[in-house]
Amino acid sequence: MTPAEAPRIVDNDPRLAPGGLDEERRRLEHTWRSPSGLIGWLSEVDHKAIGRRFIVTAFAFFVLAGLLAALMRIQLARPDNTFLNPDLYNQVFTMHGTTMMFLFAVPVVLAMGVYFVPLMVGARGIALPRLLAYSYWMFLFGGLFLYVMFLANVGPDNGWFSYPPLAGPEFGYGKRADVWAQLITFTEVSSLVVATCLICTILKMRTPGMSLNRMPLFVWAMLVVSFMVMFAMPAVMISSTCLILDRLMSTHFFNQAEGGDPLLWQHLFWFFGHPEVYIIFVPALGMMSEIIGTCSRRPVFGYLVMVLSMIATAFIGFGVWVHHMFATGLPQLGQSFFTAASIMIVVPTSLQIFGWIATVWTARRLAITVPFLYAASFFFVFVIGGLSGVMLASVPLDRQVHDTYFVVAHFHYVLIGGSTFPLLGAVVYWFPKMTGRMMGQWLGRLSFWLLFAGFNLTFFPMHLLGLYGMPRRVYTYPASMGWGSMNLLATIGAGVIFLSLLVFLVNVITSLRAGAVAESNPWGGSTLEWATSSPPPPYNFLPQPTVASREPLWHPELASPPVVGLESEKRQVLVTAVLDAEPDHRYKVPGPSLWPLATAMATTLMFIWSIFQAMGLVWGAIPTFVCLVGWFWPTRGKERLAASPPTRLTLRESLS
Amino acid sequence: MSAGSPARALDVSMLPIHAFGHRSLMWWATMCMVAIEATAFALAITSYLYLKGRVPHWPVGAPTPRLLWGTVNVVILVVSAWPNLMARKAAERFDLSGVRLWMAVALVFALGFNIVRFLEFGQLQVRWDTNAYGSVTWFLLGLHTAHVLTDFLDSSVLTAVMFCGIVDANRFVDVSENAVYWNFVVLSWLPIYAVIYLAPRFV
Repeated sequence: MTPAEAPRIVDNDPRLAPGGLDEERRRLEHTWRSPSGLIGWLSEVDHKAIGRRFIVTAFAFFVLAGLLAALMRIQLARPDNTFLNPDLYNQVFTMHGTTMMFLFAVPVVLAMGVYFVPLMVGARGIALPRLLAYSYWMFLFGGLFLYVMFLANVGPDNGWFSYPPLAGPEFGYGKRADVWAQLITFTEVSSLVVATCLICTILKMRTPGMSLNRMPLFVWAMLVVSFMVMFAMPAVMISSTCLILDRLMSTHFFNQAEGGDPLLWQHLFWFFGHPEVYIIFVPALGMMSEIIGTCSRRPVFGYLVMVLSMIATAFIGFGVWVHHMFATGLPQLGQSFFTAASIMIVVPTSLQIFGWIATVWTARRLAITVPFLYAASFFFVFVIGGLSGVMLASVPLDRQVHDTYFVVAHFHYVLIGGSTFPLLGAVVYWFPKMTGRMMGQWLGRLSFWLLFAGFNLTFFPMHLLGLYGMPRRVYTYPASMGWGSMNLLATIGAGVIFLSLLVFLVNVITSLRAGAVAESNPWGGSTLEWATSSPPPPYNFLPQPTVASREPLWHPELASPPVVGLESEKRQVLVTAVLDAEPDHRYKVPGPSLWPLATAMATTLMFIWSIFQAMGLVWGAIPTFVCLVGWFWPTRGKERLAASPPTRLTLRESLS
Repeated sequence: MSAGSPARALDVSMLPIHAFGHRSLMWWATMCMVAIEATAFALAITSYLYLKGRVPHWPVGAPTPRLLWGTVNVVILVVSAWPNLMARKAAERFDLSGVRLWMAVALVFALGFNIVRFLEFGQLQVRWDTNAYGSVTWFLLGLHTAHVLTDFLDSSVLTAVMFCGIVDANRFVDVSENAVYWNFVVLSWLPIYAVIYLAPRFV
């Protein structure tokens, strides 16, 4: 950057005068507006609109998976029940797990990042917005594909981890396991794309002044998670591809008889599958920090420790996958190593819990709001799940309760306590920002307490059922086992959970229609998403703020000058340096387009065709390629240069 | 937040509207892609070594793959780094004719590589459905082929864009990042070559 290109501080800038701002607002609204009508809806690239669609779609899948869980609970409510037949039961529990993990938990936490990260880093938009649109369509089409197949009685039925040889060509009849493997491909593509968008946004589009050590903790969480996605998801991409090749192309990756090994599947799957748990959990840590900090009216205690703990959790998360495989007879030394690693993960998690306790303890004025209730329940629910996790990390105990309801209880406590409770809290917390209205307090408290009670009623008895020896994934059990009353209790609990979510839904709908109108910062939060209107305009900020502290909204005395000089006739964003976010250059992000949708449709055709005919991969690649060319091809117009090759100087002039 | 004095502003209007290398968003997006693909390659190689470790003799039930075409491709790929570097340098000085020339040369290399790759599959001396050794060997080679083929196609499109003259500064950034990605494809081939051709002979 030459001195002439450096940004500078200007006093009495006319662009910040009221008249100048009004003029700027008119231009920005024209430039960043989403086109209207159906075509406009389909070509949307605004990160807030897409984030909202992601969240709504993921919650729709959450409801579907919840209904499947209800079917299972009805079936298990009493011994020797015949409500579901064994074949349907297999499909139902597989669909439940697959949907919850791949179509709800991961997409929804990433979607919260898609909506809020650009706002929290003070950017006009997200990096790579069209790619983001593509990832949404891939997610939607993948989920629809799964449920259409399920309704056609071709739903996957081998469990959410689809172990061969059960899922292999020898025992996995029909197309069911192929449907599972290809659903994975859809969700992989989607998640990897979102991770890329978030990494680019967080590292390169933070507003001036927001050095890495001033990033909100939620943004740190999303950065850590995006890197985890990048290094974990390829493992399941490789393994599900190998599985589908075994099934469709007669390869032998997992075929013991021809030199393959079913355990290779387990290693690859869990190398993804365990980090996956932390991919769901770490964003929730970020949400916890935001909610607890705001409700305590003070910065979260131990910022550096919080950040380093999340990073440590991510690293250790990649070294514990074998604890899912203790029952496979691995060498003693390996088991000891993975036990140690699994127990070690307690350390960073505990540090964070102590950090939050210290924050609440020293709160200026604690606001016991609905989001705070959800955050507080984490301490109870997640800690129970964490403790049973420490128990499971020990090989002798794990061998005893492996594949029993003890494990089911453990991971529901960890996943619902560690992720869904904070997530629901975050939905209530950020609802006013997304919709411009507050969620109802009374219904909010009611649904929280119903959920808290229903959850414990459902899942706590499962610890005991597991210890009494009830295995997972059985469609029924004889009365003589004595598991009937505990199961009935769990089913009643599931009914209470259903009721709580119904109340939550009613609260969302009534609040959308008639909730109290929210101002820009209803909770008194400290981070930049609260600096703009509720809901934010398509261009996020006017003018774009800069920051001089970690909690800019709590330190008006540390005010820093806002950004001017981005062109408002283009969708221009400010790109900054990775570490200290010094302004670097201005970059035009692309606007609305139908190409992401077209490309996603072509990719969907290719993916689905290929599970019926191998050549589908080749033929389906052609329309995908055509769409990508259409997407990439630059629009002609004033940017076209003269036929003679430009020199650096003339090009620079033509650009300025 | 709101300005300390009434209208104090950080004026960025003098900043350039493009940047090369690690300053650009495209470079970071490309690096994310590289990280994802490199992890996939690493896991595929790990799977190969895992299966290899389970049997006393390797390769199983097949002769070792012939060296000729794979080795030819090592030479083609390593040499192709040169026109790519030249294309990148031309892009960074906005030299359109240089970009056109060197991208075309690089494309010829990529095309040659893909043709030789076709011959390479015939020289593996094992089918994908023979046994796990065949499966994982074809998988590794296939995974790399998917990368050289898609990079060949997307480089062709970018070259066509440059020849059509629909060019602004950010297209030059694209050329630069495209060259970076090709370097990854080159570098990833070396360990995969070693695993497919050398591991069955010497390890």
